Amino acid sequence: MNRIDLLFKRLQKAEEAALIPFITAGDPDMATTEALLEELEKAGADLIELGFPFSDPLADGPTIQAASQRSLRGGTTLEDVLDLVARFRTHSQIPIVIMGYYNPILQFGLARFAERAASSGVDGTIIPDLPLEEAGPWMREADAHGIANILFAAPTTPDTRLGRIASKTRGFLYYVSVTGITGGRTELPPDLLEGVRRAKGTTKRPVCVGFGISTPEQVSLLAPAADGIIVGSALIRVMERHIQADDTGYGSGPGLVEEAGAFVRSLKEATRHFQ
Amino acid sequence: MRETLTKTRPPKIIPAELSGADLVTRGPDAKGRFGIYGGRYVPETLMPALMELESAYKAARRDRGFREELSSILRDYVGRPTPITEARRLGEALGGIRVFLKREDLTHTGAHKINNTIGQVLLAKRMGKTRIIAETGAGQHGVATATACALMGLSCEVYMGRKDTVRQVMNVFRMELAGARVIPVDSGTQTLKDAINEAIRDWVTNIRTTHYVIGSVVGPHPYPLMVRDFQSVIGREARAEILKRTGRLPDAIVACVGGGSNAMGIFHAFVPDRGVRLVGVEAAGEGLDTDHHSATLVCGSPGVLHGTMSYLLQDRWGQIKGAHSLAPGLDYPGVGPEHSALKDCGRVRYVAVDDEAALRGFRLLSETEGIIPALESAHAVAHLEELAHVLGPGAIVLLNLSGRGDKDVATVAGILKGRQKT
Repeated sequence: MNRIDLLFKRLQKAEEAALIPFITAGDPDMATTEALLEELEKAGADLIELGFPFSDPLADGPTIQAASQRSLRGGTTLEDVLDLVARFRTHSQIPIVIMGYYNPILQFGLARFAERAASSGVDGTIIPDLPLEEAGPWMREADAHGIANILFAAPTTPDTRLGRIASKTRGFLYYVSVTGITGGRTELPPDLLEGVRRAKGTTKRPVCVGFGISTPEQVSLLAPAADGIIVGSALIRVMERHIQADDTGYGSGPGLVEEAGAFVRSLKEATRHFQ
Repeated sequence: MRETLTKTRPPKIIPAELSGADLVTRGPDAKGRFGIYGGRYVPETLMPALMELESAYKAARRDRGFREELSSILRDYVGRPTPITEARRLGEALGGIRVFLKREDLTHTGAHKINNTIGQVLLAKRMGKTRIIAETGAGQHGVATATACALMGLSCEVYMGRKDTVRQVMNVFRMELAGARVIPVDSGTQTLKDAINEAIRDWVTNIRTTHYVIGSVVGPHPYPLMVRDFQSVIGREARAEILKRTGRLPDAIVACVGGGSNAMGIFHAFVPDRGVRLVGVEAAGEGLDTDHHSATLVCGSPGVLHGTMSYLLQDRWGQIKGAHSLAPGLDYPGVGPEHSALKDCGRVRYVAVDDEAALRGFRLLSETEGIIPALESAHAVAHLEELAHVLGPGAIVLLNLSGRGDKDVATVAGILKGRQKT
């Protein structure tokens, strides 16, 4: 059984939801990302969604776009991200899912990427521009190498389609909370819980919710319904307060890693408060 | 950034999933594929909407009422059919070939873009959408969309890269006059590519009320099919007219290619006519050995951008590179998937013409015929010299004059005046 499946089995017994922070590798630089991985795990993250940058992230709002741009400015490549995971994997068993757009993976070569990702200790992939109909070639490679390709379901996904997606996803089903792009929102849609329950009804796999979730209050509201909660933009905004820029690029100022850890700790607390 | 040369050439090893040689050029198939190209690489939120759009479009295409309404607007409002003009003095200047110009520059709003926007806005209205969004680079597609929305009473918002809003002030004003709101885009390179990203983000957010009018044969299925169909009126008219005028098919057809909608529009009717050479002319910008060009098919390699698999300008890590051309309508690092298939199977030959040559084409057509072409179309004009050389005197060449050059007069005047001073 892989790390993702083991995690959700453990959490279901403990009756708590997984807290899944998202960061972009190389934002503001690779050394910070390496330190953040350690810190996020210490702060109680159950699974880490690690983004790799793309020049044209069309499913992302301004916060993650900016993170992607900062990372590209530092020259981050997919290879660098795999190397980073491999280094971290020597002393951690936290599940790691790689998030990014399809073209960099395609250019890397699907088979080569699956092989390298597996040997680096990557547990899964989330590819926002690879819907079920186009995912076949990658899913075959991913399956062959024990990598879980995680598919999305959206509020606009009709029931029959939702069933097909749920049967093909691996690891968990990623339920998109809003009709829209990533980015922290002060209010979540009123019918979100209903949407999560609809998704839960179609599959035995865990259902994790992401897009727009930014506060511990929102996390505790969702925790009873969802198996996991993904927080990205809100975390990056906490980091942004400490990112420094100069002519040569970006770096982290004092307090970035610690504050990111504190924020994730507060989110994780909220996943436990529903019993 | 180094690696200028290696980055613009296809990777040495093309991944197995990209190597399909067996191409269907009359597609797309049920999955929206032209051979290995095309498809729907979009966020899940958009998938149901694309399926809805596909079935609505197929139903409209079968519906006589829709077809009649479309053709009456094209006739009474757009000014179709557009004429074919024999450019006699141009032909003489080129050593005695016969050049026929398909006059899309004479349509309402001055470019072929209107053929597509009328079709799509009519379809959106039929689907009950109340809001239209579009992207634009030079502003021609934005103007054509704003115009169609004014005609049919729908609200319209147009995404345009910040840099382009500065370069094309007049078109911004034209869109606003037609009641559209122009939204400047500050992300990325602040040009067409980023305007498309932003329009897609808007569409993901407002999918239930909004239709996104894409301006070229790019994007996810069914857009490449639908835009080609709406533009294919160009080739149907041209084929019938040139047969009437010359008694035979032309030896060659030439059109400029950015995203590729005017080229697909004129090529489509001629693809089965194997004896007719089809030539697509891309922008070589400041030169193919620099990083400042838009020659996607000539220099790029297959990949996925804006929801479709096609040739792209990208680095070895799959990051999309900025494009450049003096002609803002060619300034795009991708191209329609059907063109990629037509390239791979050899049915269409794609070449590239640089900024300098395009300027010469711009002046040549103005001086010999009194027709000022759009800088985009001037790339096709510039390629005539080589074609004339290959085909020899007496050959018949049909050129798609996709737009008029009024929008470019200030740009060209600036360049020419600058030269006089030095």
